[in-house]
Amino acid sequence: MKPLSKISQVLIALGALGLIATYFTPLWRIDLWAPQYPEGLSMQIWLNKLSGQVDIINGLNHYIGMAHIKEDMFPEFKILPYCVGFYIVAGLVTAISKSKKMLLSFFILVVLGGVLALYDYWKWGYAYGHNLSPDAAIKVPGMSYQPPMLGYKELLNFGAYSIPDIGGWFFILLGLICVGTTVYEFKYNR
Amino acid sequence: MNLKSIIGGVAVGIIAVAQISCKPNNKGGASGSSELAGDAAQKVYVAPGTHDEFYNIVSGGFNGQISIIGLPSGRTLRIIPVFAQSPENGYGFSEETKPMLNTSHGFVPWDDSHHIALSTTNSIHDGRWAFINGNNTPRIARISLKTFRTEEIIELPNSGGNHSSPFITANTEYAVAGTRFSVPPDDKADVPISSFKKNFKGYISFVSIDKNTGRMGIKFQLKTPGVSFDLARAGKGKSADWFFFSTYNTEQANSLLEVNASQKDKDFILAVNWKKAEQYLAQGKGKKEAAKYAHNVYSDKVHSATSTIMTEVMTLDPKECPDMLYFIPCPKSPHGCDVDPTGQYIVGSGKLAAVIPVFSFDKMQKAIAAKTFDGNFDGIPVLKYDAVLHGEVQKPGLGPLHTEFDGKGNAITSFFVSSELVRWNIEKLEVIDRVPTYYSVGHLSIPGGPTAKPWGKYVVAYNKITKDRYLPTGPELAQSAQLYDISGDKMKLLLDFPTTGEPHYAESIPASLIEKNSTKIFKIEENAHPYAAKGEKEAKVVRKGNEVHVYMTAIRSHFTPDNIEGIKMGDVVYFHVTNLEQDWDVPHGFAIRGALNAELLIMPGETQTLKWIPTKVGVTPMYCTDFCSALHQEMQGYVRVSPAGSNVPLTWGTGKNPVAEAEQKVAKK
Repeated sequence: MKPLSKISQVLIALGALGLIATYFTPLWRIDLWAPQYPEGLSMQIWLNKLSGQVDIINGLNHYIGMAHIKEDMFPEFKILPYCVGFYIVAGLVTAISKSKKMLLSFFILVVLGGVLALYDYWKWGYAYGHNLSPDAAIKVPGMSYQPPMLGYKELLNFGAYSIPDIGGWFFILLGLICVGTTVYEFKYNR
Repeated sequence: MNLKSIIGGVAVGIIAVAQISCKPNNKGGASGSSELAGDAAQKVYVAPGTHDEFYNIVSGGFNGQISIIGLPSGRTLRIIPVFAQSPENGYGFSEETKPMLNTSHGFVPWDDSHHIALSTTNSIHDGRWAFINGNNTPRIARISLKTFRTEEIIELPNSGGNHSSPFITANTEYAVAGTRFSVPPDDKADVPISSFKKNFKGYISFVSIDKNTGRMGIKFQLKTPGVSFDLARAGKGKSADWFFFSTYNTEQANSLLEVNASQKDKDFILAVNWKKAEQYLAQGKGKKEAAKYAHNVYSDKVHSATSTIMTEVMTLDPKECPDMLYFIPCPKSPHGCDVDPTGQYIVGSGKLAAVIPVFSFDKMQKAIAAKTFDGNFDGIPVLKYDAVLHGEVQKPGLGPLHTEFDGKGNAITSFFVSSELVRWNIEKLEVIDRVPTYYSVGHLSIPGGPTAKPWGKYVVAYNKITKDRYLPTGPELAQSAQLYDISGDKMKLLLDFPTTGEPHYAESIPASLIEKNSTKIFKIEENAHPYAAKGEKEAKVVRKGNEVHVYMTAIRSHFTPDNIEGIKMGDVVYFHVTNLEQDWDVPHGFAIRGALNAELLIMPGETQTLKWIPTKVGVTPMYCTDFCSALHQEMQGYVRVSPAGSNVPLTWGTGKNPVAEAEQKVAKK
């Protein structure tokens, strides 16, 4: 088997190093819009924290009996910075090793990580959206308030958009690099 | 019936018919009149959801408030209480704001406020503060253009009728306060009224303004001869060291002024070299005199005002300070005294004069250097009229009052008697255009009109008579204002809109200078109110003797606590309500049955206190008065009042919030 081409090495290294940006930028954002919030409300999810108008969103959510969104509810915030550190190192090692096996392992790791992260996000959304207080002021039969995984969803008077933020795009970029280099290396650079 | 009487009857009939047919049908209204712009509707239309181009900051006259109006739409956006209590939001009623209306006379919850001055840097609007005078109980207030709230009020001693106020210097170093009534000094005031000429003085206060905080203080008072000060303007550019004050009653009458103060052909404009006054002050020429006046300051950090009674004031006697004051003769009881954008021309408006005199600053400097005097008035040199005159505008109209500038070399003057605005060229002194007002205009306002950089575009006429302009509302009517387009050669009427109170002067400033700085909420973590409850966990009720302090929170849509028992007759209850919201435009109200003062309106992050002395034994309802949310109507609670000496224990609480259990479920995941 030929070793990894120079271009693949560089791309993987850059993609891995790109993750450094995720320590300084939010990964994901949820934007809300309602008739009485023409300016919108938004919440950002980082590797280790939440930002944006979380308190205001909590205040509004209490009408439907939704639990408060609080940083200390999420153990992920303690682990994620290390996980990303691991990915950066793994990416760099893959690039330096020039090994296609390493590339394949890294590719699988990235895909697994991505799927796991999205599943975790979905599960939290499900938990918040479905575990409502039976004493809530506003109860709409059959209604749950799980935010969309990606894209737009209407939740009562609110329209909710769930989209990657800057840090999230660096992950997506790394994913694309992995797919691209793996295909290239195994199909064209045999 | 004889021939004579028939002829007589016919004659009477003819005259009657002639009179009916000749009765001038001057409807003056918009219909078909030539002064109305053809595209007026388009020019004043501010589409839904879009903003006006200018903030028009308008004095409220006898309501003691300020109106904020958008131009060109004429929509009223807000009323700011300044010298007047406002039951709408609790200003002047809440424990925190009561000190704002304290004076040396005690609590004065009203005033008659006439003139707006917007802060400037190099005589150009900077959008920091608005100032307004209290005419009756002499005061100056400073309003923040971030919060649109009254932040500071200073009382003026040795003053009666603070009319010539609060005009400001080029860099907002000072706001002035010239007394309309000359008075004997406050600490030696028990003198015969007839001793006017001997004992009465026309005090002019120079109130310094801190350039960072805006904090006011009386730097000095000039003890000028006993005349009435009417209006004033600071110089600009080359004349920036000077201040000009119009005067009347230089006859020094103390009775029937209507006649006795209208005897002289000419009264004066007083020119004050305030830089020189500062020099004399630095040389130690000032004299501290006993005086009593209140200085009230509001803080957005503790959300409370303090009132301090000051006990002395620095005075300067012009007799010991030569070359500081000069009188310029000005025809017939001048009212407005306005300085053009270059600082070169000073326009006097003699209310009873047939001409508008325009004075030249350069000529004034020459006349002072050459001592071209026409005697003196009580020791102050009177400059020769012809020596300082740039020229007179001939036949401008009747009853000139005020002048503003369009920034294109023209002035526009308001005429009360002939009810019109007249535009004239300053250099050439020629009338260019005139347009009627409805009716009897007082002040006029061009955006930036009194500054070195007029924004132009519009002029607003603030009228003194309304009559048939709007649907009648009984004998009491709104005041009328008209907006004119001045961008072309002809002034064109665009809009007629009612105003609140009785506006005197107003200023307009581009929205862009203010809009972006507007405060939306107060940060709860910065709230340093001693009785704030910065979360529901801090809510409590504390008894201190017969005083009961309720540390209450408000958040959509409940109070904590909302059930209180153990209050007794004879108690004095203080509801310290903190609005926990940190979201824009979510105020909460607080009202309790039978409150003898008012309700509260509490902005996000703010704490306000309502004092309540129960008047009846029983259960008293309380509720939120601001429609805060879908469940606003549910935002209510009870206070139980028991007879004096009863042993009902002090208890309080609020039902449990359902969110906690949802939180447990989610956490279990």
